[in-house]
Amino acid sequence: MTEYALLQVLAWVALGAVMVLFSLTGGFDLGAGTLLPFLGKTDKERRVIINIIGPTWDGNQVWLIIIGAGIFAIWPRAYAVSFTGFYFAMLIVLWALFMRPVGFEYRSKLTSQSWRTFWDWALFVGSIVPSIIFGVAMGNLLLGSPFSFDPITLRLNYTGSFFNLLHPFAILCGVLSLSMFLMHGASYLQLRSKGIVHERAKKAAMLLSLFFIALYVLTGALLQFVISGYHVAALPIDPTNNPLANTVTLYKGAWMENYYQHPWMWIAPALGFLGPLFVYINAKNNNKLKCFYMSVVGVIGAVSSIGFSLFPFLMPSSTFPNQSLLVWNSASSKLSLEGILLVALIMLPIIFYYTNFVYKKLWGRDRLMTESVVTDETHSLY
Amino acid sequence: MLASVASVELSRWQFGISASFHFMFVPLTLGLSWILFAMESAYLYTGNVIYRDMTKFWGKLFAINFAVGVLTGLSLEFQFGTNWSYYSQYVGDIFGTPLAIEGLVAFMLESTFLGLFFFGWDSLSKKQHLFANFCLALGSSLSALLILIANGFMQHPVGAFFNYQTMRMETGNLWQLIINPIAQIGFIHTVIGGYVTGAVFVCGISAYYILKGRDLAFAKRSFAIAAGFGLIASFMVIFMGDANGLAVAKNQPMKLAAIEAEWHTQKAPAAFNLIAFPSQKEHRNLYAIKIPDMLGLIVAHSFNVQIPGIENLLAENEVKIQNGIKAYGLLQQIRAGNNDPALISNFNQYKDDLGFGLLLKRYTENVTDATPTQIKMAALETVPNVATLFWSFRVMVAIGFFLLLFFMIAVTCLYRGTLWKKNIFLKHAIYAIPLPWIAALCGWFVTEHGRQPWTIYNQLPTDLSASTLGVPDVSLSMITFLLFFTLLFIVELKLMFKFAKLGPSAIHTGKYHFEQEEK
Repeated sequence: MTEYALLQVLAWVALGAVMVLFSLTGGFDLGAGTLLPFLGKTDKERRVIINIIGPTWDGNQVWLIIIGAGIFAIWPRAYAVSFTGFYFAMLIVLWALFMRPVGFEYRSKLTSQSWRTFWDWALFVGSIVPSIIFGVAMGNLLLGSPFSFDPITLRLNYTGSFFNLLHPFAILCGVLSLSMFLMHGASYLQLRSKGIVHERAKKAAMLLSLFFIALYVLTGALLQFVISGYHVAALPIDPTNNPLANTVTLYKGAWMENYYQHPWMWIAPALGFLGPLFVYINAKNNNKLKCFYMSVVGVIGAVSSIGFSLFPFLMPSSTFPNQSLLVWNSASSKLSLEGILLVALIMLPIIFYYTNFVYKKLWGRDRLMTESVVTDETHSLY
Repeated sequence: MLASVASVELSRWQFGISASFHFMFVPLTLGLSWILFAMESAYLYTGNVIYRDMTKFWGKLFAINFAVGVLTGLSLEFQFGTNWSYYSQYVGDIFGTPLAIEGLVAFMLESTFLGLFFFGWDSLSKKQHLFANFCLALGSSLSALLILIANGFMQHPVGAFFNYQTMRMETGNLWQLIINPIAQIGFIHTVIGGYVTGAVFVCGISAYYILKGRDLAFAKRSFAIAAGFGLIASFMVIFMGDANGLAVAKNQPMKLAAIEAEWHTQKAPAAFNLIAFPSQKEHRNLYAIKIPDMLGLIVAHSFNVQIPGIENLLAENEVKIQNGIKAYGLLQQIRAGNNDPALISNFNQYKDDLGFGLLLKRYTENVTDATPTQIKMAALETVPNVATLFWSFRVMVAIGFFLLLFFMIAVTCLYRGTLWKKNIFLKHAIYAIPLPWIAALCGWFVTEHGRQPWTIYNQLPTDLSASTLGVPDVSLSMITFLLFFTLLFIVELKLMFKFAKLGPSAIHTGKYHFEQEEK
């Protein structure tokens, strides 16, 4: 492997790690936001949930923005194809995300019940819609998308429509990702709360972890036996300069190929399966912290397992498979990659350090969110 | 296949709407964050609780504004991909870098400490909380820096080169990208413009309390801090605006000529159009009030430098289009697989003008057989809309000087101790609140509209940059954006007015005006 090719793989690992980080942190915000109207019946109960995720959701969502900007910077052509190809899907995610900053910030600023109920549901929409569409998008990456490029100008020709994205398998992936975020959100809520919200979150975590496991196994089975996957049979010598000249084959089970080639990768789906199982067990045994950590393990495993399946594909083309976007044929130049990776290398430890500081300060001394805390601090909380 | 003219227009409107809404919220975030820092520093050093209350109250207004700023900003980042996909793949290699770094360095810092700033009052020491406040302000300014570096590249693409093998511009020198003079000057001008906005905002609302006779100690202190801040900032913003003008004159002569409605090159020292009614059709000013000899002095700080007029630049651009046609023809041969070194070196000779050749794509699929009429039309396109640039620029400058005068009066009266009796001045302080926003929007309009017909100045035409999307799709998304932004803006204003009117009573300390009545 050349130095440049290695750098591209490193960039893929870095961006994958950011996706995992988003799923871990932004993930419980999305899950908790979706569960908000169901786990919280009264205004106080809902404020318990909102204030568990409220102080930190903003920073967590920045991981999502880093994913977007990272794809832009690292694989500009993949950014171009996915964003314009999935036009309305992307915009619906965006419009749903609109509801979050204002929802958190404005909801408790006024006391009117209808105002608050409106923003509760706005937060629900702002959480459930991205949770599903992220999965649908992943499903479509696995299925392939109808695109090709003009050989002279490399201008994109995308021939799909919004409704093409709603393939049953993609919908299944959407429900799968929703259930993952819900399980994770419920695990986080049961960790940070006490009283009725804790009880409900615990039950939700138990139910949702089993639901997730069932869907996860089903999806894996479909990928092995039903869905046609893509496989790179050969690459041109200089893929960056010849992005349309891959040799890509399609066959059932190709998405599992990497696991047979590199058996160590099985660790990811194993964690994706076992983590949620232990979420169930620990929730049942009232092990709050372990329950949450097991959810973390499950999310890491599940998100990584999709990455391992897809590698080295970023976006396979269903109409012109040889023009598929790969880690090695659509990346930025070496200098750009070096610049970004260097900044990431410096910044990630700093971010971990101060984020850890913030969480410690906000949740130190075993603080738990309850209805009485909301009552006491009614003017300073969301 | 290019996007249709209507589709490109709609994508431009959609981006313009989003960017304009975004910049209704950004300046206040930029300015108020440092004013909050000044207030909280005063709290740390004096120990006077009123400064803590000030930080909390103005922080509340900051938060209401910040929420919408975040979501409008997110819209821009999505649209590069959704609506400007050829742009994204053509320059993502270099343009994406500052955006990715912005997320890692700035936005994460700002967003993480935002939560701690609002919810950490009890769990942090005074110094730690001030530190959180500092990180919040630093994050927002760094964010502006990196975005302005990205924008600077669109205005003056340095540090990159065109690679015919990958059909895109690639990073040649990251350091050049960062120290791009247009980016650096633009950043300081923008950020200080934000400080002026924050200062006018705090002064205006404080003046309202003073006129109402409410919470006087709180309001006067707020006014004083903001006025001092505003005086320095409004002086600096003019100074940096001048520097910005010099940089534009040097790097974007066509934009400058349009801003000054300078149709024909005059012999130096040229006259300056104070007021003009330009006609885009006839390429002349229908009416103008001129100040003799001043143009060179204003835009280049010299009586001897000749400032090129639009007509002359147009002639130059026609030559560049001819070169661009040659570059495009050679590129086609290279892309078709001809690797003759002579061909490549010939291409390298003309490649700087490739963008001008691409301007013809709108008129003919095969650029190399463009007719003289098409070349003329493409050249004419390189002239931005003169009247709108001329006037928006002057509105911005007028507001800039007006606000400098405003803060000079405010600080003088404050120093003499007569300010609180000057009711008429205080009333005007309230009416002045929208002015910095108008100035900022005018400034951005000049910057961005003046960049047309390019997305990357002289390199990539706007028409080509757009995604190939259907008109119904973009219409639907544009209307949805407009609807969302309008509704959210109304909600934001409603809350802003409610809490601004309520004043420091909103933070429930039990000490302020409306809380006294309740008791």
